[in-house]
Amino acid sequence: MKTASRILGSAFFREGFEVQDAPRYGAERRGAPIFAYVRAAREPIHERGVITRPDLVVVADDSLVSVAAAGVLVGASARTVMLICSNDDAAVWRERLGLDGPVFTLACEPAPDDEVRFLGAASAGAASRFTGVIGRESLEHAIREELQDLRPEAVERNVGEGLTAFDEMEAHAGCLSEGTIRSAEAYEDPNWVELPFEGVEISAPDIHGAATSVQVRTGLWRTMRPVIDYDRCNRCSWICTTFCPDSAIHADADRTPRIDYDNCKGCLVCVAVCPPHAIAAVPEQVAVAADSEEAST
Amino acid sequence: MSRRLLTGNGAAAWGARLSDADYVPAFPITPQTEIIETIGGWIGRGEWDARMVTLESEHSMVAAAGAAAATGVRVFTATSSQGLLHAMEMVYTVAGWRAPFVMVNVSRGVSAPITLGSDHTDVMAARDSGFLQIHCSTCQEVVDSVLLAYRVGEDARVRLPVLVNLDGFHLSFTREPVEVPDIEAARGFLPAFDPGELRFLASKPVSQAVAVLGGGPYSYFRYETHLAAQNAVAVYDEAASDFEARFGRSHPAVEAYRSEDADVVFYMIGSFATKAKDAVDRLRDAGQAVGLVRPRLLRPYPVESIRALLAGKRGVAVIDQNLSLGKGGVLHAELASALYGCPDAPRTLASFVGGLGGREIAAEEFYEMARVTREAAESGRTPEPRLLYTEDELRELRKLQGIAVAERHDTGAE
Ligand code: SF4
Ligand code: SF4
Repeated sequence: MKTASRILGSAFFREGFEVQDAPRYGAERRGAPIFAYVRAAREPIHERGVITRPDLVVVADDSLVSVAAAGVLVGASARTVMLICSNDDAAVWRERLGLDGPVFTLACEPAPDDEVRFLGAASAGAASRFTGVIGRESLEHAIREELQDLRPEAVERNVGEGLTAFDEMEAHAGCLSEGTIRSAEAYEDPNWVELPFEGVEISAPDIHGAATSVQVRTGLWRTMRPVIDYDRCNRCSWICTTFCPDSAIHADADRTPRIDYDNCKGCLVCVAVCPPHAIAAVPEQVAVAADSEEAST
Repeated sequence: MSRRLLTGNGAAAWGARLSDADYVPAFPITPQTEIIETIGGWIGRGEWDARMVTLESEHSMVAAAGAAAATGVRVFTATSSQGLLHAMEMVYTVAGWRAPFVMVNVSRGVSAPITLGSDHTDVMAARDSGFLQIHCSTCQEVVDSVLLAYRVGEDARVRLPVLVNLDGFHLSFTREPVEVPDIEAARGFLPAFDPGELRFLASKPVSQAVAVLGGGPYSYFRYETHLAAQNAVAVYDEAASDFEARFGRSHPAVEAYRSEDADVVFYMIGSFATKAKDAVDRLRDAGQAVGLVRPRLLRPYPVESIRALLAGKRGVAVIDQNLSLGKGGVLHAELASALYGCPDAPRTLASFVGGLGGREIAAEEFYEMARVTREAAESGRTPEPRLLYTEDELRELRKLQGIAVAERHDTGAE
């Protein structure tokens, strides 16, 4: 999404707009949900920080819509355009979320095996079209600029996807409307409160529950899964179990190592340290697909 | 000169590159790391001829920076938050060496509890160190301020290190249009560092910053450093005028926005000052005479300009994105000390503490601060210092506390 925001920002900039674009990271880890925002105006932009009343919301991963903490609908109103990258169609989402405003979807086909698929280019392409003020050339130029470090084939594919999405949304060109400014004439009271003094037993930043980290299923962060080939594992039992930085490998009484996939983050340290190379790294998506196939047979 | 989209971190890296810094001691910390990554990339690809050394901590990093600067090379480094605090012993020390270099600080709230979000408590901790401080409100200012910082810090009338401060996230990771000066134009403004005789060479050893026994000599050296820092007000003004003549961009020591005929003024530093400009415009639309006064230079404190710009105002809303625990906002206290006893000083200085640890300041809050300050000026009753904290925020916090209490109950602690 950072890339998408930069493509959109660069495309606006090429069209002569003042621009501000920024990603907002939460946890410093791979696969953590992130969001990014873009502002564009004809005048220098003085506003800063997260956009509280968006004109357009783009959701690159439709599983985030249901995650309250991701807050994808915060500040959205009837005039907010929603673009969701999803294989369910717009009508389904409108109904699901009870939205009154315009909703569009972009279908997401899986990427070729060896490529990371950037929904960024496609969503930036669609978003560019919605603005009604970004031309095809500016979009193409912006995609090339932002993806210049990728391999040439990947750049071409993304340019293709961005332009296809741009063309696909032709009927909705200019569907975005500019937000109004918040007048100082009549404004909402911020409702400040006086913070009372509170005792240290409640006002120090402490977690009182023990072993709470176990409850956080950090395995959900994994993009690669370590898989032990028990035919190759010589049951040394101590190397992978000791080196795993998350204590996610335990050995049974017979010294057979077991990976706790609820908490394995997929750092692949175990893969690197196993002397007989008994641990393989499998992309999580592939492993999940294999799991569900196994479950259904 | 080319106009392009750059993050604040990118702008800081460009500032270093255009300054032709020779040596970059480095240590990573969020949200600063992108600066040294960018510089490392340039040096690694041979696009910029400089030496980067990764140190084992910020403490060593600042020691290396000061030592290198003492040999007469131009040094650039960067840090943030806990990194700056960890370096603090050396921060004070190298300033006493009178070794000029530039350190960018990407502001981030300090621990504990830990946060990645921005506030200015980190850089305030370096306030009394002898480092000069320039505070930026846009990415453009970041690149320009690095150039200005070398010009001022290296000047023989000053010879002190300089901190250039930018806010984490709101500048560090935010792209904005930035004019990047040509390298030749930058060199015209900032020629190579000329340390004169004050330079450590292996062939001509000197002992810098020797031990001083006794309060008399000690006081002399400390006070001379203070006077040098104060000289930097005039040196900064000269440099900023020259900068404006060459590049057409004005960066006065204290920025004034629509404040001339204002009766109520926001007083603050950093990137949220641009939000305050928006608020000023909206309040003006609503018929209120409100303005903004923003020191860019915080050390030395440009007292004369501040007094002149605030003379005759009715009220000042001082917005501190920092908190001196047990006292309050640092800018408020400093402003009060600068204005006390001046015959035409504003009657009311209202203190607001907000934007801590990455908290935003909403447009409505600026409007409300203007209202509170105006009322206070009219009634003559200065309000109690106010933390910008809403009912909604307290409600969210109560939820977290509810969990904490339940946990304690579960674990039998209660
Ligand atoms: S390190 Fe390798 S060989 Fe040893 S127990 Fe783990 S998987 Fe088996
Ligand atoms: S991938 Fe990392 S976290 Fe997972 S089991 Fe291996 S060492 Fe542990």
